[in-house]
Amino acid sequence: MAAPKRKTDIGPPHYEQMLHPMVKKNYGKWKYHEKVKPGVLMHVSETGDKLYTIRAASSRLVSIEKIRDYCNLADKYCDGYLRFTSRNNVEFMTDKEANIQPIIDELAKMGQPVGGTGNSISNIVHTQGWVHCHSSATDASGVVKATMDELIDYFTSMTLPAHLRIAVACCLNMCGAVHCSDIAILGIHRTPPTIDNDKLANMCEIPSTVASCPKAAIRPKVVAGKKTVEVVEDLCMYCGNCYTVCPAMPIANPLNDGISIWVGGKVSNSRTAPMFSKLAIPYLPNNPPRWPEVTSAVKNIVETYAKDAKKYERVGEWIGRIGWQKFFEKTGLEFTKYHIDDYTLASSTYNSSTHVKF
Amino acid sequence: MSDTPMIDQLETGPWPSFIKDIKRMAAKNAMCKDLLGLLEMSYKDKKTHWKHGGIVGVRGYGGGIIGRYSDSPEKFPNVSHFHTVRVNQPSAWFYNTGALRYLCDLWEKHGSGLTNLHGSTGDFIMLGTTTDHLEDIFTDLSEHGWDLGGSGSDVRTPSCCNGMARCEFACYDTMNLCYDLTNEYQDELHRPAFPYKFKFKMSGCPNDCVASIARSDCSIIGTWRDDIQQDNAAITEYAKGGKVDIANDVVAKCPTGCMSWDGSKLSIDNKNCNRCMHCINVMPKALRPGKDKGAMILLGAKAPIVQGALLSSVLVPFIKMEPPYEEFKDLIRRIWEFWDEHGENRERIGEMIVRIGKGNFVEEVGLEPTPAMIKEPRSNPYIFYEEYFDEE
Repeated sequence: MAAPKRKTDIGPPHYEQMLHPMVKKNYGKWKYHEKVKPGVLMHVSETGDKLYTIRAASSRLVSIEKIRDYCNLADKYCDGYLRFTSRNNVEFMTDKEANIQPIIDELAKMGQPVGGTGNSISNIVHTQGWVHCHSSATDASGVVKATMDELIDYFTSMTLPAHLRIAVACCLNMCGAVHCSDIAILGIHRTPPTIDNDKLANMCEIPSTVASCPKAAIRPKVVAGKKTVEVVEDLCMYCGNCYTVCPAMPIANPLNDGISIWVGGKVSNSRTAPMFSKLAIPYLPNNPPRWPEVTSAVKNIVETYAKDAKKYERVGEWIGRIGWQKFFEKTGLEFTKYHIDDYTLASSTYNSSTHVKF
Repeated sequence: MSDTPMIDQLETGPWPSFIKDIKRMAAKNAMCKDLLGLLEMSYKDKKTHWKHGGIVGVRGYGGGIIGRYSDSPEKFPNVSHFHTVRVNQPSAWFYNTGALRYLCDLWEKHGSGLTNLHGSTGDFIMLGTTTDHLEDIFTDLSEHGWDLGGSGSDVRTPSCCNGMARCEFACYDTMNLCYDLTNEYQDELHRPAFPYKFKFKMSGCPNDCVASIARSDCSIIGTWRDDIQQDNAAITEYAKGGKVDIANDVVAKCPTGCMSWDGSKLSIDNKNCNRCMHCINVMPKALRPGKDKGAMILLGAKAPIVQGALLSSVLVPFIKMEPPYEEFKDLIRRIWEFWDEHGENRERIGEMIVRIGKGNFVEEVGLEPTPAMIKEPRSNPYIFYEEYFDEE
């Protein structure tokens, strides 16, 4: 039997094969765009060509059957081309205005709402959660589903003061890089890993377990004649990296794991510079399957912002104008000692002025 | 009664349901059926049932496959091994349906049939297979012109915005640069040899739709040096139609106060514009980035572990970004050489720069310090002077 052809280091396919003929023809020639209606964009080229994009929600975790549905739709209306966005939406592009409504109708039949453009809440960027991750403190897909079911009207309209970007990460390793989102939903462990002293030496390599800790909190130890490790609990920040290399050190703790909420981050440079999200709620319980405490907390922040912010103000810009005092007052959120930073350079977050509102 | 009463509750509601999708696949794939059971158990126990695992991969590569094992192999044998395959996506996630159907067919044959479109770094994620399928998957992929993405301490799969393919704001060809860099750095991408991971993300303008400034070690963001292109007839059209309140929505929102509007004419003091994009975003038909376009290179973003999250900061305020991108690649080579030598194990480049000082880093990679690199000069007097006068 001949050995199979096996090429390495060829990289991805060239993007040109993936472009609709009208996209290829007008590459680099786009002149302007308009938001025709929520979820529908029109890009106009210097050549006069017009390209319509229909943006639809997606659960990100999709089966090949769903992808084939997308392909059927793209074959029918979009000459066999489609794309996905940086926020995991799916986009169908057509040069025929008459195709817009049929595409929207078919997406509705498939259960894919159209929206996510302009001053809306677009899809929630998220991580694997309990579906596929060992260090998750909560589920991600379920939290997203529950939250977007509540906020769907903000996805299918463009009525907010500005874009509002939500992200979910299921632990503070943040594969979802939620740290610059208007609202970040972050799974948190709050207790150090437990150590199975009986099994550790058999299951794990002690030097690599010690080395896995970013804070050097893990040390070799002998317990009842067995080689194992100990964790200096004051140093542990519950990242779960040790569990990654050593299954005898589980970090998950159903009693204490939960969710924290962060607000006011952005990545765009529009008006103000990019900003980190800051702590709004230090802990909410894990309450599957629909996390009502989390969805109502997020909804409260969204609605307070929607009512109070000026046009074009992102959440962080709104808070920048009214101040954190007013943010906590208007949202009714409790301010606690956990909100006051105590990590590196914490003093830069103290109020060193007499600017206080009464 | 259903075996999965908790997750079943996520089948209702207007947002697309991932549970419905997994169930659809479970009708013909035993892995998906067990995944539902395992997930239900997590929802009941409020904890994950996944373990990370030993090193798995394909011959000759150190990255691209993530090992994953469940903690309940007896109860759910079909997902006891459930590895991830990262397939390097095409630039800006454009596909033709033939390409997508090929990936679906391959994944139907060799895995769970579940995917993430897309992973956080950008890859086409195939979710859940066993070790014995990996070589076959890779051989098939490579025969069809596909390759694996990065994982571990290597160049992670670069990703970019849709740039010139469908955006008038693109100041350089993000999709071409993404493709070019991915191919240039194939060895660094497939064979981890760095202190830690290194991510490239490319955005065509300061709106930064791929969040490069927050999510990549090397953020390449399009910008321009000359004047904003202004179409006065189109400005009048925006004003007349009442579509845009130019005084309040544009001029008053300008962060540098470099614009004025007298009711009929918009004036921009371009020398004081900081290229924030607000006015262009509000009136894309009337205002466009200038003609002298290129990119800004910023370095060092990362998520919190260990020293806290970082945003990228300016390294090169402006560079022309045209193939074959020699000047840029030369800079990357100098940066990697320095990081290779001075970076500690699991230290991202942003953390290394903080540790050794940005001034020192800038000097070591052969650049001149400029005020564009900082928000403000130091306020502390602890200057490490390197030059002294000696008595003659």
